[in-house]
Amino acid sequence: MALSEVEVGTSAVVASLELPHDILDHLMHLGFLPEATIDVLRRAPAGDPTVYRVEGAEIALRRETARHIQVRRSVQNPDQTREQP
Amino acid sequence: MSCHAPSPPPAVLEESPLKSAQPRGRFRTIALIGPPNSGKSTLFNRLTGLRQKVANYPGVTVEQRFGRMSGIRRHDLTLIDLPGIYSLGGYSEDARVAVDVLKGEMPGTPRPDAVLIVLDALNLSRQLMLAGPILALGLPTMVLLNMADLMESRGGVVDPLALAQELGRPVALISAARGTGIDAIERFLQQRGGANSEIARTLPVIPIELPVLQNPGECRRWASQVSSRTKYKAPASPLWTRRLDSVLLHRIWGPLIFLAVVVTVFQAVFTVGQPLSDWMGNGLTLLGTKVAHTIPVPWLQELVRNGLWNGVQAVLVFLPQILLLFLFIGILEDSGYLARAALIADRLMRSIGLNGKAFIPLLSAYACAVPAIMATRTIENKRDRLATILVAPFMTCSARLPIYTLIIAAFIPNRPVLGSLIGMRACVMLSLYVLGFLAALLTAKLLKSSVLKASSAPFVLELPQYRWPTVRSLSLRLYDRSALFLKKAGTIILAVSFVLWVLSILPLHNGHFSDLAGSVIGKLGHLVEPVLRPLGFNWKIGIGLLSSIIAREVIVGTLGTLYGVDPNTQALSLQAALRHDMTIGGAIALVVFFAFAMQCTSTLAVVRRETNSLRWPVIQFCYMSGLAYIAALLTNQILLHLL
Repeated sequence: MALSEVEVGTSAVVASLELPHDILDHLMHLGFLPEATIDVLRRAPAGDPTVYRVEGAEIALRRETARHIQVRRSVQNPDQTREQP
Repeated sequence: MSCHAPSPPPAVLEESPLKSAQPRGRFRTIALIGPPNSGKSTLFNRLTGLRQKVANYPGVTVEQRFGRMSGIRRHDLTLIDLPGIYSLGGYSEDARVAVDVLKGEMPGTPRPDAVLIVLDALNLSRQLMLAGPILALGLPTMVLLNMADLMESRGGVVDPLALAQELGRPVALISAARGTGIDAIERFLQQRGGANSEIARTLPVIPIELPVLQNPGECRRWASQVSSRTKYKAPASPLWTRRLDSVLLHRIWGPLIFLAVVVTVFQAVFTVGQPLSDWMGNGLTLLGTKVAHTIPVPWLQELVRNGLWNGVQAVLVFLPQILLLFLFIGILEDSGYLARAALIADRLMRSIGLNGKAFIPLLSAYACAVPAIMATRTIENKRDRLATILVAPFMTCSARLPIYTLIIAAFIPNRPVLGSLIGMRACVMLSLYVLGFLAALLTAKLLKSSVLKASSAPFVLELPQYRWPTVRSLSLRLYDRSALFLKKAGTIILAVSFVLWVLSILPLHNGHFSDLAGSVIGKLGHLVEPVLRPLGFNWKIGIGLLSSIIAREVIVGTLGTLYGVDPNTQALSLQAALRHDMTIGGAIALVVFFAFAMQCTSTLAVVRRETNSLRWPVIQFCYMSGLAYIAALLTNQILLHLL
């Protein structure tokens, strides 16, 4: 699934990124790398962009960018560690 | 390029040999580098004191900041502040400049003898990704973990000795904001050149393996290995900042609070700033009269009081309001709220074809367009950046405040509006700000749907953690701003006042001054008057407009001089003189003119520099002036028929 589809309050693990080289490089240096866990923190008041936490930093991305980051569900919830049902 | 990986032979980097034979003090140039939000600028300010210079690297639009390291009493050392970057790779101009400077390939910049890397201790594992490639360059380097105090107080841990061993370079825990750990930098700069380098001896001389190259995945792996081997534990982001965001970025409360913040700032600039300005004006008038009385020669007394003092004083009284505005914007920026504002505004900005990142420069253009235009460098997309540069001067900068406050105080009654929520004067002021903002939005929309059409640029915004703005950093901003303002008052405005005064007394008739209307300036004013008459401006305003092409606030100084020289209005305050001489329609048309017009040579110069062309500043000047003329004409004509 795409990162943009992950609900607020849950986490996901990056599988792959399909973006132009420039932005890819930038995002990777911010920590959006395969196997990185990303917490979806909140959406901006207008519903977009969304704030993600990766590597302890909070980064906001628009849906049009997050759409190109493929993720799989993480077993962890960002705030309390528990198994997903 | 790729990182050190198991497959290719590992890049082995030996500790660069210590040139122990060299005399102490072989360092001359030190480079300071670090990712954005690492506190690099704070450290730069601390190390250089207030002695810093800003220029541009040749051929590019990247700013070059450097200064003597007087903050640690090392006047012999030059510190170069490199742009804040996440990596040495990528295609950004900033990264290329950093690499060129570090390799000594930047024309006009000496190759640095040593490097200071600043990393945010709160995000060490991520920030180490930048350190690897820099260490691989092999220059004597010290790694500074900034905000170490915050990291410790929030439960973060790192073993600096282990990290120093991993990196083969000295490591220090510092806090640039509080000034702790700076002595370690002094020792590093002294000892590296010396024969008995303590740090070098404590470090084992083992070859270390570094990710020389730029593959982010490999750099990342290296960085996490290093941080886990140095027992790094990232501090938990404190609960209160997350709680704060759930309010400040709330679906409903977020935008409301944002609006409330903006309104409060403008209301405060008026209600707190106005009495301060009045008080300062009275003081200056008194001082001017006293000083003038000590001058025995009548014409010289005339020159000092009516020519120079009136002009400079008329501008100086606005210092309190301008400083208040800069104080508020400084608090918003330093606390981290401005990034949230960009997030809230992204949707709005997207509807005009820009992104939320353009919002930060546009907001700081409320203080001054010059730093705002330089701040557009954070916008990656070239066309978006150009559009932002072109619309930024529409935002109501502080140089418009003098004429706005003057006209509003003279013509708008101080009545409460909407209950007693907001005063009528603040209301008019706010409308002028909105007017400029709308002009910026419409112009951006126009540009982005025609000449600067581009695919929408990716929006990647890092939200820094909230922090308390420090008194030190805020006072530094205010000091800078006052110094600039006073310099302008003491040079440009003084000179304009002098020239105006001379032109207002020439030609001499039998050794007597000519009267204002018959003087050179009076004739020039009457020459332009027909063009400005439909706008409701008299010839004195016309002279004011001509002189304010240098800078907007000059008009107030000019009017101060002109009305001061005129015997009919000499005894009146500038406000009363204007009321005596203008209709309300003309007065409102004047502020509307200023809302749109491009009256600032500094802005034109910075646009010329940043766009690297003469075409854009010329287009911008003509477009804004044309718009200003038409808007002022409409305002005056409509008010003429309504009132």
